[in-house]
Amino acid sequence: MNGLLGPMMVIVWKDLLLELRSKDIVVSIVVFGLLVVVVFNFALNNIPGRSEELAPGILWAAFAFSAILAMNRAFVRDQEQGGLEGLLISPVSRDAIFLGKALTSLIFMLLVEAVLLPVYAVMLDFSALSWYLILTIFLGTLGFAVVGTLFSAMAVQTRSREIMLPVLFFPVLLPVIIAAVEASARAVGGETFIGLGRWLPLIGVFDAIFLVICPWVFSFVVEE
Amino acid sequence: MASSQSMERSGGLQFPSLKTVLAVITGVMMLVDLYFIFMVAPTDAVLGHVQRVFYFHVPIAIMSFLAFFVVFIASLMYLFKRSPKWDAFAHASAEVGVIFVTLALITGIIWARPIWNTWWTWEPRLTTTLILWLIYVAYLMVRSYAPTQSKGAIYAAVVGIIGFVDVPIVYYSVVWWRSIHPSPVVGPFAKSDSLDGTMALILLYSFITFVFFFAYMVMERMELRTTEEALGRIRFALRRRGE
Repeated sequence: MNGLLGPMMVIVWKDLLLELRSKDIVVSIVVFGLLVVVVFNFALNNIPGRSEELAPGILWAAFAFSAILAMNRAFVRDQEQGGLEGLLISPVSRDAIFLGKALTSLIFMLLVEAVLLPVYAVMLDFSALSWYLILTIFLGTLGFAVVGTLFSAMAVQTRSREIMLPVLFFPVLLPVIIAAVEASARAVGGETFIGLGRWLPLIGVFDAIFLVICPWVFSFVVEE
Repeated sequence: MASSQSMERSGGLQFPSLKTVLAVITGVMMLVDLYFIFMVAPTDAVLGHVQRVFYFHVPIAIMSFLAFFVVFIASLMYLFKRSPKWDAFAHASAEVGVIFVTLALITGIIWARPIWNTWWTWEPRLTTTLILWLIYVAYLMVRSYAPTQSKGAIYAAVVGIIGFVDVPIVYYSVVWWRSIHPSPVVGPFAKSDSLDGTMALILLYSFITFVFFFAYMVMERMELRTTEEALGRIRFALRRRGE
């Protein structure tokens, strides 16, 4: 099993199966995501006229907080029952473990977002039927998943792990959040091409850089 | 080891350590710097005395960026070589860097209130500096919350690398964000071209002073860490004997 894709898919399938049987991550995050929107709606006084201006911000605040919750769980199950050690002993490259874990987080987040987006579109009154919005969400979530998985692998080992992850995650992910909010505002507002030309590539560049760096440093993080 | 002991015993002339030399140079340069800033530097015609905070603010801000560059290089070297020396170097630079960033933010706020008439503005440099502060505070946190010291060193090195790579991206994202939401605050940065000759010289001198100050602080911190580790070993040995 020296290939990359084979072991990756086995890891993804293992986590998906666990999730399918327990359903504790996706369901709880969807509920949390709905709560965030309710809170922001009142905190920001979202009256009908301002909805288009506020919606992208609320959308990405909710996605970012949901991502934190999902990432916090990414390694907990492995940590609690010694599964991570088993994974590390198995003859699988560290890259495959990292990419498998990141792909699992990406799938979980995209599932959550697929449920939340139509609900948000109704509650916040914007049109979710935009390819640019969907592309933005995909690229932004990819960035969350890649960096989040790395930090999660570190945070799960530390004391006060629930706090450590957001403290590491938010400052580093700030460019993605800024770019995603701006790109979404343009996608939702209909002025599709203005500004998208720089925000989407910014997220793309971020994703590319960290897709190279994170698997590499992950091998140091999990070594004994 | 033997030679240094014999030197102590003979009571002959002993060269002071590099750290002591640095401490003396830094102290003298600092005093001269204060004299230059408050006595020699001309008062700015437009901004008045507040402008003098710039002789601290600019060198401190540049030094903090350099400190994190040092952290980046030392972290990379640590991951490749695994020598505790590189980790101690990264750790010391990060701690001093966080102090410098904190001072840069505080002196910046002191400057901003009378000049821009606001304590804070989400301008690219300010925002990037704030994010730097947050990233390297997280760096220190992850180091001390790690299960073991060696894990803490590796985690910190990872954050040191990721954080440094992230900073230019943060900067550009805020620059672009700003250009779309124009700000009522006009930055004073064009002013640096019109810096008076004496002012520029004093700024340069001040910068060199802070380079020495930084080097001294990092050395002091590294030595402190060596002491901490020695103390840890002694405690461990004592506890084992007690059992």
